[in-house]
Amino acid sequence: MLNNFPLWPEQASTMAHRVDALYIFLLIVAGLMALLVCTLIIYFAARYRRRPGIRAEQIEGSNALEITWSVIPFLVFMVIFAWGAVVYFKERTPPADATEVYVVAKQWMWKVEHAEGQREINELHVPVGRDVKLIMTSQDVIHSFFIPAFRIKQDVLPGRYTVEWFHATKPGTYHLFCAEYCGTQHSGMVGSIVVLEPAQYEAWINGGPNGPLSATGEKIFAELGCSTCHRSDVQGRGPNLEGVFGKPVQLEDGRTVTADENYLRECILDPGSKRVKGFQPIMPTFQGLVNEEQVNALVAYIKSISTLKSAPSSRTTARAASASDANEQAATHTNRSQVQQ
Amino acid sequence: MSMPNVVPQQRFERENYLNQEYGIWSWLLTTDHKRIALLYLVSITFFFFIGGFFALLIRLELLTPAGDLVQADTYNKLFTMHGMVMIFFFLIPSIPAVLGNFLVPMMIGAKDLAFPRINLLSWYLYIIGGTIMLHCMMTGGVDTGWTFYVPFSSNYTNTKFVEAGIAIFIAGFSSILTGLNFVVTIHRMRAPGMTWSRLPLFIWAHYATSIIQLLGTPVIAITIVLVACERALHLGIFDPRLGGDPLLFQHLFWFYSHPAVYIMILPSMGVVTEIIPCFSRKRIFGYSFVALSSIAIAVFGFLVWAHHMFVAGMSVYAGLVFSFLSYAVAVPSAIKVFNWTATLYKGSIRYDAPMLYAFGFLGLFTIGGLTGLFLAALGINVHVTDTYFVVAHFHYIMVGGAVMGYLGGIHFWWPKISGKLYPEGWARLAALIVFLGFNLTFFPQFILGYMGMPRRYWDYSHMPEFQVLNVLSTAGATILGVGYLLPMVYLLWSMRYGKPASDNPWNAAGLEWKTASPPPTLNFEEQPVVTWEAYNYAELDAPPRMQEVPVG
Amino acid sequence: MAETVMGLHQEELQHPELLHHFAEPEQQRNAASLGMWVFLGTEIMFFGGMFCAYLLYRHWYFGDFGAASNSIDATLGAVNTAVLICSSLTVVLAVWSAQTARRALLLAMLSATMLFGLAFLGIKGYEYYQKFEEHHVPGPSFSFENVRIPRHPGEYANPRHAQIYFSLYFLMTGIHALHMVVGLGIFSWLLLMAWKGRFTPTYHTPVEIGGLYWHFVDIIWIFLFPLLYLIDRHP
Repeated sequence: MLNNFPLWPEQASTMAHRVDALYIFLLIVAGLMALLVCTLIIYFAARYRRRPGIRAEQIEGSNALEITWSVIPFLVFMVIFAWGAVVYFKERTPPADATEVYVVAKQWMWKVEHAEGQREINELHVPVGRDVKLIMTSQDVIHSFFIPAFRIKQDVLPGRYTVEWFHATKPGTYHLFCAEYCGTQHSGMVGSIVVLEPAQYEAWINGGPNGPLSATGEKIFAELGCSTCHRSDVQGRGPNLEGVFGKPVQLEDGRTVTADENYLRECILDPGSKRVKGFQPIMPTFQGLVNEEQVNALVAYIKSISTLKSAPSSRTTARAASASDANEQAATHTNRSQVQQ
Repeated sequence: MSMPNVVPQQRFERENYLNQEYGIWSWLLTTDHKRIALLYLVSITFFFFIGGFFALLIRLELLTPAGDLVQADTYNKLFTMHGMVMIFFFLIPSIPAVLGNFLVPMMIGAKDLAFPRINLLSWYLYIIGGTIMLHCMMTGGVDTGWTFYVPFSSNYTNTKFVEAGIAIFIAGFSSILTGLNFVVTIHRMRAPGMTWSRLPLFIWAHYATSIIQLLGTPVIAITIVLVACERALHLGIFDPRLGGDPLLFQHLFWFYSHPAVYIMILPSMGVVTEIIPCFSRKRIFGYSFVALSSIAIAVFGFLVWAHHMFVAGMSVYAGLVFSFLSYAVAVPSAIKVFNWTATLYKGSIRYDAPMLYAFGFLGLFTIGGLTGLFLAALGINVHVTDTYFVVAHFHYIMVGGAVMGYLGGIHFWWPKISGKLYPEGWARLAALIVFLGFNLTFFPQFILGYMGMPRRYWDYSHMPEFQVLNVLSTAGATILGVGYLLPMVYLLWSMRYGKPASDNPWNAAGLEWKTASPPPTLNFEEQPVVTWEAYNYAELDAPPRMQEVPVG
Repeated sequence: MAETVMGLHQEELQHPELLHHFAEPEQQRNAASLGMWVFLGTEIMFFGGMFCAYLLYRHWYFGDFGAASNSIDATLGAVNTAVLICSSLTVVLAVWSAQTARRALLLAMLSATMLFGLAFLGIKGYEYYQKFEEHHVPGPSFSFENVRIPRHPGEYANPRHAQIYFSLYFLMTGIHALHMVVGLGIFSWLLLMAWKGRFTPTYHTPVEIGGLYWHFVDIIWIFLFPLLYLIDRHP
């Protein structure tokens, strides 16, 4: 039994090292503070235990001491705060050229779609040494995508995309947990993250029967008749979607938004709410007509026809890769292990 | 004002609040704050053991990785009902409604709370809420988790969420009315000479607690109304399919439920602040800092709610602000711990049972508070939130801290409440067992959490490596269970067989000790006038010649 | 303070309404009024949750909320606002007549307040009836198709988002109306007590704190009226 009784979770991503460093620092700081308080309490309790004839010495208090033990802890707290914030910003900022994987959560399983078309359930195959960005949504309730060995977790919400990313450093199989309580089989919503060597990964990712996700999206795009209005050759009744991803979009009501995954999703499901300037509100809603996987495919397709190279944006969820799917595929055939920081 | 006509024959037969009237109606229709406190004591003890029973079943299920003791649905109901019962029907009313009810008027020299009938009403609301909760449990229960996140609670669960919601809603109003009574009583009913700077710190802690009860509880009430309407009518306010925002729910929920933690811990801090000076025979170190830190905790406590939502899909900048504020709220708690420690310095310390509980509180609260620093650190929070790390952390605060303080307070004031002394040896043993059992139960959970075990898991057969720590935890829970049963046994025993207590067995400061044990119905034979500062242990311990004029 | 302690028995004889645990009538009065103020503080937080939800969705679904708001009869809302403001005046007059021992006026003003309250509820009920007829009550038969968004030609409100507006409309006005009903209960009791002649210039705390409650319910409406009825009206 003790053989599988580790006291420290495996470190298998770049984030694991960052989080563990801060955690160890905190263990030391908290340990010292606890030691200080406990030593004082035990020492005082023993040294000043009641003895006949000796009375307590009354002390009112001391402003100097009060300020000392308010300010010093506060300064220590600020160091922890700043360090924690730095790690958090890293965690929440996916690199621009990360490999993208779509995740759909439902009671009680994880459905994964790779851009190359591979689909998996409760498993996620990723290459070692490459940034991977997960674009996640839920079909029903709130779930949470948690990989302890990578030290990352992100709630997965219905009705919108949330994003998390990692950079695996060690091949192997790791736990995937749902960390947000989601009903009866919450504890059954577990799976594995399989980190493969690049060569193995290439073999795996190209071994599937499906075409790329964007191709599926292109098919749906045609089937739903989207292309009758959203035309790339002539000015259609809807905006030309080529190259739109990652760019700022001027809206009818005067606002400007960045065309990120969440915006595209919203436009498909609720076209009226953020209409592009200069177009009539004629697009019907596709709420209920397309499922989450199909929305993902459509988003992947629209991204693939974007020719924009870089997409600066203020929102973290919008920090999406702008490389086209074609680029993505080309890149998978070259070794990108040096691309990482 | 009417003096008792009976000539006191023996000391313990004096007329007091317990023997003034007999019969069931003299209790059920009483407006005496002391009797209402006892009504609360009985009812929250009942709910404590129900909640504890659920906890024991949860721990037994987790003894083995496979889900083999109960069904998944049953397990989910167990932890939900454990949370709801323990939080809304035990911890929130525990110290305020029992010790606070009993002591707030006595400590400030009042005859009763400002609104005695509202006080009784609040107990009835609690009982109505509790009865609905019991009915809900016995007819199927709820499986939403006590946090009842939407859209699971509003659209997906098939269990009786609305009924549980109604129970919590009603119990919430009981809590609001208690807080209202305390605020008005502390403002308006203080005895002549009882200035704000002479108030016992127990009162300051209860004042801060009441503010939270008053301003926080209505928000959870309206949140429950919204979820119930959403569930019944599919309005769309929280349903993303209809355009609603599930995160709005989380904001509203935690706006109450984070400060609610301070409703549980602040009164406990107040209790400890009474016990430590008494058994060190010293004035509290830094009175005004301890008093104001309670208020600071109440105020800052309202500004940190979204630190429960760092991975919920909130903006990173919001995360930054809430992390910063969470560290700000840690400072007043640290101030308190340091002041308690400094109070021991050069004291004359006795290790009676209440003091042992206070020491236990200090140790457990320090660990709970320090692990809070881990959780407030954004980078670490992402990894440990929704794991057993969080479970361990909040149990250290809400059980280690709050229940330790509650038990310490019950022991400290038991002679006043019952007029009897409890067996000291047993009480010390129980304090030791609770402390050891608690640490054995919950310390392994910190490690489990950092290892990555998510909370609310019924079955962990995919990760058998978590078993050893879970076995330790379950073993600790059995010890803890014994530790909690013991006081109930010997305290009940002492009511009948215990030695009669003197008016002030600890020679403690405070107005409540200047009246009889048990106190008369109107608390004091005559209106006390306060001319001394709080914690005047120097005067109490002064050699007798200074206290009494020798009779010639 | 010390003097009042000594003169306690005398006080008790003079003030039969003085409860046993208060030292003097002023303490009792202060406690009661502080209690009501504190309670109103909790009420603000209670409504606050709904105002938060309103602000969020008004920001998200700006046009839809405008369109939905315009479908409500603002004239009825305005009349109701006037009714409530008048009722606040009668409450103030009731407190004044209690203070100055004008029993007949007190009875009249309490009754007038209640009549205004009933009128408010009647008008509100009629509004609800209208909404019901128009299928604007959230639920399975809710319908808000083809309603134009004001000042955005060619745009139509999203029925799902309008439904959120109507949900908030019914919840906020419904809970407000519930408070009115409670207020009517309190005023019935005050009327009974006034009729029995319980209120004197030295003891009229119930009228005062009942009045505080009534004013509070009015003030909530003063916020509800513009937020629900007036957000997108233009000349």
